[in-house]
Amino acid sequence: MTFPVDKSGAAPDTLRGGPRRRRVRTGEGAGGRGVPLPLLVPALLGLAFLIVPLIALLVRAPWRSLPDLLTSAEVWQALRLSLVCATAATAVSLVIGVPLAWLLARVEFPGRGLVRALVTLPLVLPPVVGGVALLMALGRNGIVGKWLDSSFGVTLPFTTTGVVIAEAFVAMPFLVISVEGTLRAADPRYEEAAATLGASRFTAFRRVTLPLIAPGIAAGAVLAWARALGEFGATITFAGNFPGRTQTMPLAVYLALQSDPEAAIALSLVLLAVSVAVLAGLRDRWMTAG
Amino acid sequence: MTEPRHASDASAATPDVRADTSDAGLDAHLVVERGTFRLDVALRVAPGEVVALLGPNGAGKTTALRALAGLTPLTGGRLRLDGTALERTPPESRPVGVVFQDYLLFPHLTALDNVAFGPRCQGASKAEARAQAAEWLGRLGLAEHVGAKPRRLSGGQAQRVALARALATRPRLLLLDEPLAALDARTRLEVRAQLRRHLAEFEAVAVLVTHDPLDAMVLADRLVVVEDGRVVQEGAPSDIARRPRTDYIAQLVGLNLYRGEADGHAVQLDAGPSITTTEALRGPVFVAFPPSSVTLYRERPTGVSARNLWACEVAGLETHGDQIRADLTGELPLAADLTTVAAAELDLHPGAAVWAAVKATQTHAYPV
Repeated sequence: MTFPVDKSGAAPDTLRGGPRRRRVRTGEGAGGRGVPLPLLVPALLGLAFLIVPLIALLVRAPWRSLPDLLTSAEVWQALRLSLVCATAATAVSLVIGVPLAWLLARVEFPGRGLVRALVTLPLVLPPVVGGVALLMALGRNGIVGKWLDSSFGVTLPFTTTGVVIAEAFVAMPFLVISVEGTLRAADPRYEEAAATLGASRFTAFRRVTLPLIAPGIAAGAVLAWARALGEFGATITFAGNFPGRTQTMPLAVYLALQSDPEAAIALSLVLLAVSVAVLAGLRDRWMTAG
Repeated sequence: MTEPRHASDASAATPDVRADTSDAGLDAHLVVERGTFRLDVALRVAPGEVVALLGPNGAGKTTALRALAGLTPLTGGRLRLDGTALERTPPESRPVGVVFQDYLLFPHLTALDNVAFGPRCQGASKAEARAQAAEWLGRLGLAEHVGAKPRRLSGGQAQRVALARALATRPRLLLLDEPLAALDARTRLEVRAQLRRHLAEFEAVAVLVTHDPLDAMVLADRLVVVEDGRVVQEGAPSDIARRPRTDYIAQLVGLNLYRGEADGHAVQLDAGPSITTTEALRGPVFVAFPPSSVTLYRERPTGVSARNLWACEVAGLETHGDQIRADLTGELPLAADLTTVAAAELDLHPGAAVWAAVKATQTHAYPV
């Protein structure tokens, strides 16, 4: 990254606090569009704010003992559980989220705006609140959970399934929003063309719309997966923190920080690596958008 | 396939019409109300006949087409095809094929799978559907392009794939929305001729929508001119070209058109002056003459046999191929075509005063 830098030196003679507007000039021949200091300084501060913690993580990483830490059974257990649950939560989100996105994008019904707002709510809701809400719904005494328990003997809280549910609750809105946006951008007349060829609405969706919006679905799925992988608040509230059963990586990191900070750093590095990999995978889609 | 170009004997010539031939074909009265716009078009088309809905943009042609396909619901009227009421039938259950203006070929499917899509939806196995699709593509001269994705096809090829895709469902009603609009001038000529051939071979009802009078006249047996949601004129292309009934059609076919009251050979025009015509008529009439039949003079001509002579002023000039089209106002507003040389010799420029003359033999009068 390059930043316009004042090449004229430190310019100590500039009138400090004077009435003249001070500007940092870009390098020679750069068009003379300067970046005003009141914007440049906070911008650099913001950049540092985001990057320094990541650098600190790398600097303080126990590189020597890292191989031992990462190959320990606890780490693998947590990592495997995290990957399995995040993938399962993404799968759940795809199966029920894509049709929901289609409904929001293609079917006019009263209160559609309200429904869309409700779908978006988990995006801004504190995850802990999401976890409490899930307990109220699916907990042993929850409005649905009670019935699940009495009729089928199914209990969801504090199980691995509970982890998947908590992650899907938090992650699915990302998928729905992403897929709905792609659907709105896709030309609905392809579905009309399919209809004139004898395709039912479902066939048109399956054979025409779905392939056309596949890139949007993939992007939404990656986003949801990354969100599910990092999910903490709803998971610990709804599923608890049992190693091997509900203790995912973020929970393990938090727990390790209290007893074994080196292990916490090592676990964090793994999650950082996964995040970087996800970002690299999405590079072509979003990072070139600017 | 038969050769059912003539509407009158089409039902007799079509091989697979039902026992009750009076029901065969399309019998529609399309009413679609949307806000202030109202489409109200009656349409009867015999099997084997090709009808063009011709009209300016926004006239409701495409709405009519969408209503026939079931993509826009009717708010009134009726729609019967081969004796079956279709008003409440969803688009996927109608025996209708559509060639869309920009074709809407599925970009993720090959030409073959685009054409096989319809037969697949109708229950054919994958292999069967592909075999049918290959046959249709072969028939339309696209055998080499079966494996191509739509983006690799030229405009003309894509148009034929779209036609094959629509025909592969064996529709009883084929709809074409501006079938040639997406093509450049060169391919258009060629594709128009091919399309005419394919439409002539099609044994069921074909309705196409266009704003191009040439496309309409080349492709269709009968024109239905739609303006502002209503049918303003219908008939054989040659008839409409010779006897336009609205300014829009007159402009389309390049004629000066006036309404007036005939008394023998003299017609008192609503626009002001009177005009002498070949035909002797009585009552309200249209009078039409082509811009090329107008002769312009800078000085009032003497000894000119033309009895139709008007003092005009040049309002505008524009190039029309190798001709100059002069737009005249004055005693009688009219369009006149002349060669570039003639325009230069007359020193025509906007504001120039001219005399315009038309021979009675060049005019054509017909009852309103």
